[in-house]
Amino acid sequence: MTYEERLQHVSVLGAAGKMGSGLLLLTAVEMADLSLKPGNKGRTFVLNAIDVSDEALSGVMRYLRAQILKIAEKKVVGLRAVYAERRELVDNDEIIAQYIFDVMNVVRPTTRLEAAYDSTMIFEAIKEDSALKIKIFSQINQNNPKQPWFFTNTSSIPITVIDEGAGLGGRIIGFHFYNPPAVQKLVELIHSKHTLKEVGEFALAYAKNLRKVVVPAHDIAGFIGNGHFMRDILYAVEVIHTLMDKGMSISEAIYATNRISQEYLVRPMGIFQLIDYVGVDVCSFIMFVMNPYTKDEEIHTKLLDKLLEQGIRGGQYSDGSQKDGVMKYEKGKIVAVYDPLKSEYVPVSLMQAAVEAKLGAMPAPPAWKAVVGNKAKDDLLKPYFSQLKSAESVGAEIARNYVKKSREIGKHLVSGGVAFNDADVNTVLLTGFFHAYGPINDYMD
Amino acid sequence: MKKLRRKVYMVAGYNTISMGSGRKEFNPKKERPGLEDYIKEAGQGTLKLIGGAKNVDECVIGNFMASRFNRQANLAAFFPFIDEGLRYKPAIRVEGACGTGGLALMSGIKSILAETAEVVLAVGFEVQNTVKAIYCADFLAPAGWAANRKDGHAYFFPGQFSDRAGAYFNKFGREMTRKGFARWYRNAIENARLCPTAQEYHNTTKDLEAAAMAEPNPKTFLENLTALDCSKVSDGASAIAIMSEEGLKRCGIPVSDAVEVVGYGQVEEDITKPPPEMTALTTMKTAVSNALECAGISIQQVATAEIHDCFTVAGIMAVEALGLAPQGKGPEYVIAGNTARDGNFPINTTGGLIGWGHPTGGTGVHMAVTLWEQLKGKAGASQVNIPADRQYGLMANMGGDDKTLVSIVFKK
Repeated sequence: MTYEERLQHVSVLGAAGKMGSGLLLLTAVEMADLSLKPGNKGRTFVLNAIDVSDEALSGVMRYLRAQILKIAEKKVVGLRAVYAERRELVDNDEIIAQYIFDVMNVVRPTTRLEAAYDSTMIFEAIKEDSALKIKIFSQINQNNPKQPWFFTNTSSIPITVIDEGAGLGGRIIGFHFYNPPAVQKLVELIHSKHTLKEVGEFALAYAKNLRKVVVPAHDIAGFIGNGHFMRDILYAVEVIHTLMDKGMSISEAIYATNRISQEYLVRPMGIFQLIDYVGVDVCSFIMFVMNPYTKDEEIHTKLLDKLLEQGIRGGQYSDGSQKDGVMKYEKGKIVAVYDPLKSEYVPVSLMQAAVEAKLGAMPAPPAWKAVVGNKAKDDLLKPYFSQLKSAESVGAEIARNYVKKSREIGKHLVSGGVAFNDADVNTVLLTGFFHAYGPINDYMD
Repeated sequence: MKKLRRKVYMVAGYNTISMGSGRKEFNPKKERPGLEDYIKEAGQGTLKLIGGAKNVDECVIGNFMASRFNRQANLAAFFPFIDEGLRYKPAIRVEGACGTGGLALMSGIKSILAETAEVVLAVGFEVQNTVKAIYCADFLAPAGWAANRKDGHAYFFPGQFSDRAGAYFNKFGREMTRKGFARWYRNAIENARLCPTAQEYHNTTKDLEAAAMAEPNPKTFLENLTALDCSKVSDGASAIAIMSEEGLKRCGIPVSDAVEVVGYGQVEEDITKPPPEMTALTTMKTAVSNALECAGISIQQVATAEIHDCFTVAGIMAVEALGLAPQGKGPEYVIAGNTARDGNFPINTTGGLIGWGHPTGGTGVHMAVTLWEQLKGKAGASQVNIPADRQYGLMANMGGDDKTLVSIVFKK
């Protein structure tokens, strides 16, 4: 079966979710582009968008239309050549409208799983639940005579577990997009013990056509991205305890840790803002999924449990704006921090001065925006980190240790056999988390 | 060409800000003034300087494509909106793509010559930021031959001038030509930085020529030009009064405040035909030579010019069309600094279409306003030296790919 034949009949499971809708969009565009190639005239391309709710599917169709419009506007120079034979399409707006139709025309929204029984490719982005994934994959596999290939977007469940559990015989690969898939360039690629060679080859070709950066990871729960992120969270909780020992309240300590992990580590978001962005519930669930597979290490923190017990979840509204979580946001700015001991938000304005006084004098870090994507970023980072090394305040010591810990986590991913090498770890954090520099660096040497 | 049968003057020019990307206050996501606001501001600006609407005999408004940008036609009926005193007075709308403003001026000049009017209010405008650039390209495409649109570039007009740039590269060398483009861009921005109404007034790029030397990307835009080689997408309006001697008297304006129109060249070329020469603006050359002949002067007697640099390559070819440099030598002439504000022939002293902006239907009128300011010492920080032995200013306004041309010579 050729690449194009393989992509003629595809299903996306969980198509209305955050990750599912993104990979639905990318796959729909890729399939429509194939259908518009002169050699593919007369071939039909079908993409089932499968999810449990009609309402959510209706929303995802609106999302698709808006996104395809943007994509079409960006590539209209090329689209004019694609539609050169269609003499009635003259203006850019006519060509763009036709392209939107042609992409949407590939997509079939449905709540019926049976639609996947005809597909040669299954993309899955449902709940991070290995039993559920195994159940659905087995069901499709038993009813689909086409021996379909399964691409799972799991970020934490070992692929081999799903492969063996569902009896797929290696017709599966971990193809882990980052959120949002339409924007994020990174894909983690994870082979199960049995993944067929041709499945891996197809995955690479597909990723290349989507212009994604592929980083291979070994089949160990959490892979590289969450492997770093979850341990980063655990470390942040340690930092909170350290700061509380030094006399901070818990909300002050959360605020200080978030600020250090953003400003003084020159990251796009602080650790608690990132938790809110991903969702407290999602982070907690990823830890729950990873923990059984990590020997000699407890991937779990009571802090997240406590937050969830009190209904603190974070996550985003459907328009992409941030819900309140560990912190409260107004127009994207952090205005208050949750105190799980008192079950209330404490305004930042009431604690900012005290936190700054307790952290002490800090060297001025370069802005993340000025560093990220800057070719001469070492000129900004090196002098800053060298100042940080010799600064004597409480805050500086915590920032230093944080940088070192992040490096240690990265190194551990390589020595523990999750990542193939240091460079892959850095690529994941740079590309998937928009860090301005890789965690494995020599800034603190 | 025959001498003008009567003296014609221009005075009381007014420009709105040229609004669009580059201006700090521009935000495409927020609601912005409509075409009526631009028309009103410019029209009232000029009326204020000539003693009000009562002094006006006729009006002319130039606009290219409000029918698509703003879903508006019947534009002459906006004059009574500018000032109630213009109700029931004769008014007309003219269109000649980006040469529209020049046609508005010509319409006014002819009314004075025909003695049907002593005072004509001329306004030109375009409000283009109502759509994204990719649709703007659709709306501007009718400046060329519609039959060519289907096989043309997504950015149709930029595509045509990219092809001309390619032809120029092949014939005269790419490296030197691109350096000429870059210097043209630098001059445009440096001049715009001195003019508070210019779209690039806030530009802070340090090395302008280096920025302009970035390689074009044909995948996303054009083969031979970058965005910096192109004029701006602009919202703006300009107005000026065209008068006879009697008109000046009526308005109480001394002749010394006005510039005299001493010659013009108005020329059309066949829109259905490709350019006779890809590397020359032959229609512009004819228009300029007609205007100079009509004025009875040579280009050497001109102190400064406003020319239609919708693209850097058009600026370079215009320098050659004016007779300032032989064909193929335009880039060297520009690189040597001749057309910079301190050079011996300053061009586009408030930034031109690339620096000041290009509200398409208003551009020709803006050229006349700038020349009036320069020749009368009213150009503020933009003022250039007008030598005693060179008392003339020249404009060349172009519609389409060298199709509709208006060139006018003004005397101090």
